[in-house]
Amino acid sequence: MIIPERSLKNGERAVFRLRELYGQYGYTYYKMSKFEEYDLYVRSKSFLPSEYIPTFTDTDGKLMALKPDVTLSIVKNAQAGGGALEKVYYNENVYRADSGSHGYREIMQAGLECIGQIDLHAMAEVALLAVKSLEAVGGGDCLLNLSHLGVVTGLLEAAGASEPACAALLTAIGEKNAPAIAAICGQWGIEEEYQERLCRIALLRGGPEEVLPPLRAIAANETMAAGLQELTDICGLLGPLARHVCIDLSMVDDARYYSGLILRGFLPGLPRAVLSGGRYDNLLRQMGKDGGAVGFAVYLNLLERYSAEETGCDVDVLLLRGPSASPRRAMAEAEALRAQGLSVRVERAVPKGLKAREIREVV
Amino acid sequence: MQLLNVALPKGRLGEKVYRLLAQAGCPCPSLLEESRRLIFENAEKGVRYFWVKPSDVAIYVERGAADIGVAGKDILQEYRPDVYELSDLGLGRCRMCVAAPRTFRDSMDRTLRVATKFPRIARSYYSALNRDIDIIELHGSIEVAPILGLSDVIVDIVETGATLLENGLELRETILPISARLIANKAGYQFKYDQITQLCRRVDDLRQAERNEAQP
Repeated sequence: MIIPERSLKNGERAVFRLRELYGQYGYTYYKMSKFEEYDLYVRSKSFLPSEYIPTFTDTDGKLMALKPDVTLSIVKNAQAGGGALEKVYYNENVYRADSGSHGYREIMQAGLECIGQIDLHAMAEVALLAVKSLEAVGGGDCLLNLSHLGVVTGLLEAAGASEPACAALLTAIGEKNAPAIAAICGQWGIEEEYQERLCRIALLRGGPEEVLPPLRAIAANETMAAGLQELTDICGLLGPLARHVCIDLSMVDDARYYSGLILRGFLPGLPRAVLSGGRYDNLLRQMGKDGGAVGFAVYLNLLERYSAEETGCDVDVLLLRGPSASPRRAMAEAEALRAQGLSVRVERAVPKGLKAREIREVV
Repeated sequence: MQLLNVALPKGRLGEKVYRLLAQAGCPCPSLLEESRRLIFENAEKGVRYFWVKPSDVAIYVERGAADIGVAGKDILQEYRPDVYELSDLGLGRCRMCVAAPRTFRDSMDRTLRVATKFPRIARSYYSALNRDIDIIELHGSIEVAPILGLSDVIVDIVETGATLLENGLELRETILPISARLIANKAGYQFKYDQITQLCRRVDDLRQAERNEAQP
């Protein structure tokens, strides 16, 4: 049976399209349990988006958690080796405390992870799939922001910023808060030359060709130069899809988690990033594994409100059976309408709250 | 041109902010007329303003109902919304302070009872000092709390200090200087980048011109 797209919700449609897309690139489906031993999250708390994790005791007394995160479970079981990469995709619900809604929420995520000896090709492929994912779920107006943690950390290193100064500056850069950057630099005695560069990097935004070359001229050290080079190379491999890419180096608020490339995807009309990911070698190191990893997640629950054309109707035709209409007649008429591709509901009276495009009667 | 949605804090500060934004090229004259309306639009200039409770501005912006808005640093520090903080408008200047009755003598061997509308700010200030505190969250007339013995000190906003003085309190510490900030939704910023950055630049220029005038 072929399922017509119109009968799918935005999130469901997105799941099918993404599954198709990731399959095309040879990523394999990764299915996991809803629960995970709580111990895993205790050891890796700093990699989780929130410290609150819903837990319960299993039948054998073990403390279990409802997964707040997918990546941790995948990395824990990753077995890439011998130069080959582990490429997987998933579609799972995660459970997180939401600061706004005062309670745990179920969030539907789809995404992919590429684990092993990550090279330029692997990173560019993930960036390419990020753009294609955005196109698949939202259409042509999507935007993928790219950043590289090395650019900002390199600059902070060159500026000689101490650890507390770095933390304060990363927050201010993430807020694009130029007055705060200036104030922090003043407080910690960071030279004006670096203050200017930090402000410039925080506020900078534009296409790769417009933004990256002038920045390479002001690279303060090797870390920064390498970060810029990596971004340039990745964008160079995206071909025509680079038109959706925007460089925004202020995306450094997840500095504990990410270690290089950072991706964030936006769709017009959605209030926050619908795709988020990047390079996260630190997590592998913390779990005692070699190599690196890069991946992203798409937050499908955000698509619930994404404005695909709203029909505004529950059903195309409401068929009202008059008191004398025979069941056979009503059934035949309804089936004939369904054969034309319409949705039909048969009732004796108009149900409360139901919206039909058209009401017909069978007598 | 896409419509830029601007959340303004209801009240005197909001009116000052509107005048600044109007000067910066986003006027909407109907806004200052006496009326009970809350939403005002100037399609020609591509801007829509709406009045909301000052402490709600950050929520409207964070959730994308407004592209930009103006909120006090106190609100941003307390609720930590995930937004861009693009400019310090220098309006509505005041300070977040610790105040206590003139007779109060602090002693480190007791838990300090702190009455405040800003529990997060108070907690992070005292935890940086390694001070054990008991937070009493109130919603108004904070000055009464230490007078009636509900708390030892208060953490609150002080503008001139007159209210403190009249209630027998004195300022003990300044935690944070406060002023109105221009904030933007992180996704809206991507799609209305030119409109938002242009407005920001004009606002910053106006502020600079004002400062230059003040220092001849």
